[in-house]
Amino acid sequence: MSEAVYLDRDLPVAGLKRNSVGWWGMLCLIATESSLFAYLLFSYAYFAVRFGPRWLPVAHPSLRLSLPDTIILLSSSAVIWWAEQGAKSGKRSQHLIGTAVTMAMGVIFLIIQALEWKSKTFGLRSGSYGSLYFTITGLHMAHVVVGLIILGVVFAWSVAGDFTPRRHTPVLISSTYWHFVDVVWLVVFTTLYIAPYIWASS
Amino acid sequence: MRPAVTAWEDARRPRIVKVDGDFPGARLEKMWETAPGLAGWISSVDHKEIGKRYIITAFVFLILGGLEAMVMRWQLGGPNQRLLSPEQYDQLFTIHGVTMIFLYSSPILTGFSNYLWPLLLGSRDMAFPRLNALSYWIYLAAGLFIYAGFVTGNGPNDGWFNYVPYASKAYDPGINIDVYALGLILLGISTTVGSANFVVTFLRTRAPGMSINRVPILCWGTLTASVANLLAVPSVSLAFFLLWMDRQFGTQFFTTSQGQPLIWQHLFWMFGHPWVYAIVLPAMGMVSDALPTFCRRPLVGYTPVALATVATMALGFGVWVHHMFATGLPSLALSFFSGASLIITIPSAVAVFAWTATIWTGRPVIRTAFLFFASMIVLFVIGGVSGVMTGSTPIDWQLTQTYFVVAHIHYVLIGINVFPVVGAFYYWFPKMTGRLLSEGLGRWNFWTMFVGFNLGFFPMHIAGLMGMPRRIYTYAPGMGWGPVNLVISLGALLFAIGVLLFLINIAVSLKRGRVAGPNPWSAPTLEWSVPSPPPPYNFAVIPTIESRHPLWEDWLDESPARSRLTEGLLLDRGRETLATTPLDAEPNLILEMPADSFAPFILTCGLSMGFVAALFHLWWVAALGAVILIGALIDWFWPRRVHADMEAADV
Repeated sequence: MSEAVYLDRDLPVAGLKRNSVGWWGMLCLIATESSLFAYLLFSYAYFAVRFGPRWLPVAHPSLRLSLPDTIILLSSSAVIWWAEQGAKSGKRSQHLIGTAVTMAMGVIFLIIQALEWKSKTFGLRSGSYGSLYFTITGLHMAHVVVGLIILGVVFAWSVAGDFTPRRHTPVLISSTYWHFVDVVWLVVFTTLYIAPYIWASS
Repeated sequence: MRPAVTAWEDARRPRIVKVDGDFPGARLEKMWETAPGLAGWISSVDHKEIGKRYIITAFVFLILGGLEAMVMRWQLGGPNQRLLSPEQYDQLFTIHGVTMIFLYSSPILTGFSNYLWPLLLGSRDMAFPRLNALSYWIYLAAGLFIYAGFVTGNGPNDGWFNYVPYASKAYDPGINIDVYALGLILLGISTTVGSANFVVTFLRTRAPGMSINRVPILCWGTLTASVANLLAVPSVSLAFFLLWMDRQFGTQFFTTSQGQPLIWQHLFWMFGHPWVYAIVLPAMGMVSDALPTFCRRPLVGYTPVALATVATMALGFGVWVHHMFATGLPSLALSFFSGASLIITIPSAVAVFAWTATIWTGRPVIRTAFLFFASMIVLFVIGGVSGVMTGSTPIDWQLTQTYFVVAHIHYVLIGINVFPVVGAFYYWFPKMTGRLLSEGLGRWNFWTMFVGFNLGFFPMHIAGLMGMPRRIYTYAPGMGWGPVNLVISLGALLFAIGVLLFLINIAVSLKRGRVAGPNPWSAPTLEWSVPSPPPPYNFAVIPTIESRHPLWEDWLDESPARSRLTEGLLLDRGRETLATTPLDAEPNLILEMPADSFAPFILTCGLSMGFVAALFHLWWVAALGAVILIGALIDWFWPRRVHADMEAADV
């Protein structure tokens, strides 16, 4: 055979971060899960419009638990970003601490959500508002649980030393999912807790 | 001790080689082939294997749905027939719709796309081969789940559209609707993961040089349908989940006292209308790619057709209310959705004009496949016109709930799905099996189906105009609908005979068909550059593409550039393929492809167990199913270090 010919450039083997097919797959998952919540919130809006303000069991939903809870979940997005910076710069302890703190904040969010559920005067069956409220928040909590499992697995891989400053695609994919769970909550919170204040005053 | 991370091969400059006899195919064959026997069958992630399974399974469902239709046509062939009780008729027309809409028409196109995509795109597999296997297994599980309900008399029985309040517990107390609800949520998972796979495959695994304006239209059709599925399927899954909650846990979503029954129809059709396009656009894409082969010229208007495909789907998200014109919505809403429904004819017509112009300006070679594709244009126009008619609100008020609408839906779905699909069998069967279908039998097959179809379904328009309502299990002699229904039933019988001839052709040609060779049609696209049937690795080297018609370049001579099909990147350290950039298809990554795996099958077992358990409220069994599912996922994502062992093999 004659002299070997090569491509004019090096190609990375297996995906690197945003170049990996896994990250693109995660974007597809986020697109479809976002649609799910869009349809849930469409349903909420539909019920609200059809029944008018008297549909709400309480004109102004209490923010006593839900507001701090929201702040905790949204700040966890910043913490997981900080953890990811650790993975990028090869500081494994920063990545481990950041991921662990994020997971702790996720668990605290779920505990406060459970208390919030308990404090409600209506139930799943007592009317369509209750049915929707518990379904929307319940499905969101299920997404938080899935996020916690994903972060747990990434944490274990990090402990095992799987990530390098160049190769840590699972860190990127998992934090992307976590940001998604947080953003969805922001939209849900705005719809379920903030909108009634504006709605009732107009 | 696991090998240290440094054992990863980080980057490589791949060699460019010429294919020379067995080189490098023989070496790739060993890496890519599936193990023989049951274990290999269950664990295979080969897109061609999965594609064929999809096609066969979907076709079995088509035959079942067709037999159900024949029983109904017997019942309706004359007045006051007593073959079926009203309850049996309910289940039969429902399972017929569910089968055809959900278990046949989308999966058959998924099957063809699964088989063809990597071959059309110049790749060795889909972006996520195991996800592909998972998509098939869950589809099979969902089909068996729904049919288990049907054969035990517990199948869905409120129409495939499943309107509340009929479908609520008070009026439908059995588990029939729960079977449907859970079955469709399960099927939705299959559709979703399959769609994600198509989207990423389209964007990332095209051959170098296959820029976005050189992709075959079939891929545009399936991509568009897949994006739509990602956005639309959650709507129907949610609707069925809420209905199941209403029925089993006493929630108040659709109840007449505290809920909103009409929102069922919104959620259902917000999914349902995009879905209608999702089950025709890939079939239209097959026609756009295959019809020009028989016209001996490229498709007229590639760019408008590709754009019209996407535009049809975008508009398709804004027309769902035309299924609800008779529900008492405000006239502003009716006007808006009526307008949108009329506008959507514009992008739909682009394809029709493009195909007609392709035939007109080409030199048509009449083969059976051509007849199926060309006749599809006629049926599409008829189905399109009846669609435009009912898109107008006053006409819809007159015709809704009559056989006119039944005629419309069958012209659209059989015309734009079944006819192209049978044409696609004639066209791609040689690629899949290495043998051509018989042309002689093919002509009988085509004309029987074409005449039978029109004889069976065109008179339904007339029955509808005569006022015959749909979904009735029988009618009285005095209505005057007897003769037209007899014609319809006889036409349906002729159509069924046509399908039988098709099956006979397949059975005969599998054994005795003429040997096809790599490119029996002198077709222009990449799948015809590899042997029939293709080797497990598809392409010995990754081809480089310079035009939309890699195999017609010498003949068309549009530019001096030539695609390189026998010289390209050698990727042979394990199962590998090339990833490229989304728009220009520049090489930018070597993708490591997974080995065959049991995880998709086991995951499906766990998931199905959970769904069966949920149907009967066996929560401990459901928990066990979840454990199996999580176990399969852990195996799926377990980090594997292939390259550490592969270094030595490379010389």
